[in-house]
Amino acid sequence: MRIFFAILTAGLASSFVMGTPVLANKGLEIATEVIQRDEGWGDTSSKMTMILKDKYGQSTQRSLRNKSLEGSMEGDKSLVIFDTPGDVRGTAFLSHTKKTGSDDQWLYLPALKRVKRIASSNKAGPFMGSEFSFEDIASQEIEKYTYKYLSDEKYNGVDCFVVEYDPVDRKSGYSIQKTWIDQSKYIVLKTEYYDRKKSLLKTLTFDGYKKYDGKFWRADTFLMINHQTGKETELQYENWVFGTGLSEKDFNKSTLKKVK
Amino acid sequence: MENKNIFGEFVLRNRILFLLTLLFLTLLGASGGQFLYFDNDYRSFFGKENPQLNEFDKLQQTYTQVDNVIFAFEPLEGQQANSPEVLSAVEELTEMGWQLPYSIRVDSLSNYQHTEVDQDDLIVRDLYFDALNMNDEDKRLVEVISTSEPSLAGRVHDIAHRSTSVSVTVQIPGKDPQEIADIAAAARKMVSEIEANYPVKIRMGGVVFLNNAFLEASMSDSATLIPMAFLVILVISYALLRSIVGVISVFVVCILSILFAMGSGGWMGVGLTPPSASAPIIIVTLAVADSIHLLVSALNRMRAGYTQRDSILYSMRVNFKPVFLTSLTTAVGFLSLNFSDSPPFHDLGNISAIGVMAAWLYSITLLPILVSFLPLGKPKNTIKTLDNVMKRLGTFIADRYKAVLTVGVIASIGLVSLIPLNEINDDFVKYFDESTEYRQDVDWISGNLTGVNIAQFSFPSGEPNGISAPAFLKKVARFADWSRAQEEVTNVIAISDVFKRLNRDLNLGNADYYTIPESRELAAQYLLLYELSLPFGLDLNNQLDINKSSTQVIVTLKDMTTNEMQAWIKTAESFIYDDASIELKAVGPTVMFAYISERNIESMLTGTIVAIFIISGLILIALRDVRLGLISLVPNLLPIALAFGVWGLLVGQVNLAVSVVTGLALGIVVDDSVHFLSKYQLARKELGLNAREAVISAFTAVGTALVVTTIILVAGFSVLAQSTFGLNSITATLTGIAISIALIADLSLLPALLISLDKDGKEPVSKETDAELNSSIKSKAAN
Repeated sequence: MRIFFAILTAGLASSFVMGTPVLANKGLEIATEVIQRDEGWGDTSSKMTMILKDKYGQSTQRSLRNKSLEGSMEGDKSLVIFDTPGDVRGTAFLSHTKKTGSDDQWLYLPALKRVKRIASSNKAGPFMGSEFSFEDIASQEIEKYTYKYLSDEKYNGVDCFVVEYDPVDRKSGYSIQKTWIDQSKYIVLKTEYYDRKKSLLKTLTFDGYKKYDGKFWRADTFLMINHQTGKETELQYENWVFGTGLSEKDFNKSTLKKVK
Repeated sequence: MENKNIFGEFVLRNRILFLLTLLFLTLLGASGGQFLYFDNDYRSFFGKENPQLNEFDKLQQTYTQVDNVIFAFEPLEGQQANSPEVLSAVEELTEMGWQLPYSIRVDSLSNYQHTEVDQDDLIVRDLYFDALNMNDEDKRLVEVISTSEPSLAGRVHDIAHRSTSVSVTVQIPGKDPQEIADIAAAARKMVSEIEANYPVKIRMGGVVFLNNAFLEASMSDSATLIPMAFLVILVISYALLRSIVGVISVFVVCILSILFAMGSGGWMGVGLTPPSASAPIIIVTLAVADSIHLLVSALNRMRAGYTQRDSILYSMRVNFKPVFLTSLTTAVGFLSLNFSDSPPFHDLGNISAIGVMAAWLYSITLLPILVSFLPLGKPKNTIKTLDNVMKRLGTFIADRYKAVLTVGVIASIGLVSLIPLNEINDDFVKYFDESTEYRQDVDWISGNLTGVNIAQFSFPSGEPNGISAPAFLKKVARFADWSRAQEEVTNVIAISDVFKRLNRDLNLGNADYYTIPESRELAAQYLLLYELSLPFGLDLNNQLDINKSSTQVIVTLKDMTTNEMQAWIKTAESFIYDDASIELKAVGPTVMFAYISERNIESMLTGTIVAIFIISGLILIALRDVRLGLISLVPNLLPIALAFGVWGLLVGQVNLAVSVVTGLALGIVVDDSVHFLSKYQLARKELGLNAREAVISAFTAVGTALVVTTIILVAGFSVLAQSTFGLNSITATLTGIAISIALIADLSLLPALLISLDKDGKEPVSKETDAELNSSIKSKAAN
């Protein structure tokens, strides 16, 4: 599915090991296969540049670093460290994905020298003013959606499954998501997001997939276009490193203050 | 004197060919009608060059658009806006709001994101949910927040709990005018669902319903006023002509003129707005005047014993030039509307000008052809009697010309001095009269919830992410505080309030910290924290630009006149300049309308002067007499000035309409003086009468026709004056008054002026007895 998460956050695979329900439908099978094939990545780090544009050509940039840890019993854990703009440098955002219910989120504010837990069931708002919501970039757990296989379709000349993902969370900003999955690699090439009134809201496309460690596919460009406002956000990834030796203690609330 | 009417003979001999040609031309023109559409964007009232529109467009590109639907709840059955049942209705409509077509955001009390801090937890959540089962603590929180939170009190919720609201922001693609109608229809459906289940009445406002009101005004004018105009005009035609065939012919000329003109509008790509949608009423009024002129002349001739064919030919000959000239001057007047800064008036002017010229063509060709196929019937003596009245009136005026002149001058000075009583007011809500649902709803909303006037101020920090700098935030906060202290202001939304609230909440709710954070980093990090916790759609893009380099302060003001609005804007702008050394312009629909009249009056000043020159030139060519041409300026220009004086006395409130009345009325009112002066000239030159006798002669010859034409024109404009749309009704009423005054001036001031100026002129060449005079007038000037 959206490998994308695997990226910003991490370990999609884990959820799986734990007695999955009977694969009653093809949509679920495909989504499961996507996650299964990416299992075992352990931990990653990468750098990201976020480019925001509006339809009149104004644009702005921010840069971040991501660290992710594949979860086992629980969901994945991820850490985002802000480098620019300068006034938020050093701010660190930690999230522990839960398979069910709200994720745990903390933010370290260097200006306040304190860690604050964000107690909110909201995750559909824009992430740093971009066209991505936290929902879009949170770790994808199989339990967070119900699935429906729609059709086979070619996308950019690649044979794809088109699968509908229906968010379970009522607070989701979306009614449904349509995902185009490469039939041979089981990676997501495109996702369409439909708002609550079922109008097409955004389209996310992935570009520049590369294989790491002979197994894990990661895209280096994510482009999210908002069809209603004409705005877009591009995420450019670089320096993908697998197996950097990160562990649970690097994704702990109490060590958040010390991240660099 | 029976000159051969070559043109008339030619038309009637080749009537089939002419009919086919006219049919072809009509179809060609009218087929453009397929491109006509209703343009329901209030922004259409502003030209591309309009500085306020350009500022507004720039703002709309920087922040999320403010186009919205406001659902204001009126609690019924002893409920209050904070009663659980009403709050529950708000909750349900807030949910439903996301289903409104093109919705991108929903704001209400129920989904207001309340923040509080518990130890190191920042809790962000909906203000309330499940309103019917709230405990006392929940209720207290709603009470406190709804009356004190700066972004809610006086905007989303009334502090006296008379009303509360749900606002749905929509991103209208703008590809199809139907979009607005779709949103409005969906909104109404939601409203009836909520009203059926809760003790509330819901009032609707916001930009969507403003635009929809423009659409409904255009449509209701078309649906009710156009048929009414036809009815009135046909009744008058019948009263004058007493000939069914005549009335049918007039009807055909009117219909075809409208079809041709509106179709041409379609070819030109016109979108119908309330002003341009009213063009058919103006066209039918002027077309009927042309036709009546022709038919009355023909009927008079028939009454004198001529055959129908000869009478028609005669009428075509004597009317060809005058009807052409008057149509041309009218068209020139209409075309002057192209100088207006407001495109809907260009459309009105162009369509009407085409309609007037089409009416001339149809009257001079189609009408005789139609009548040549059908007998007009035996002419009845309706008009005859009036001619004698006119002669007596002429004599009466001529004998007392000094008194008439004195009274006329005094009355004119008196009325002209009343012009300053007119106050321009372009409160766009008041464009719609109190019978419309939009006006009733918005009046209720401004009385019970919040103002409808919105001024937006975009504060630039000068650098990317600069909005977090404390010095900048303090400037914004000072302006917000200043605005809130103003008596006219009902609500202010400023990002500085969000920072103050976050600073307080993150310091464990300590009220001492309700201030701007002391460092830029702290502010930026608070903002990041806050943004991470907001739900779908409720982002800060409506207050911050993409670079976080500027922020807009949105000030809601109570109902006020354009003058008061302008004054407030100036005060606000100079406060910002003095306090923050930033040259800022207030922006927004209200601001655009606040300056629309001034801009249009300025631009129409040139247009009107050009029109006066061209029309005076045409009169000079027609009369071939500079002296008479100059005299004609008095009865041509004075009535319009006097109309404004009368309006100042009776009503005193004008709007954008005033800028176009002069251009519109000028071309019409000159017709009367041209007719009168040409008959006067004829009497002086060809009959050699002295001024007094020439005046009486002119009265007898054209007095009736002028009265009849004026009645038709005033009737037509009176129909348009019934429009529920203020621009149309004021334009029509003022034009109607100007036309009426012009008739009075042409039949009193003008003759008095002619006698007093011409009395020392050359004496009549030959003396005639009264009887001789009468007969010569009759034969010379029977048209």
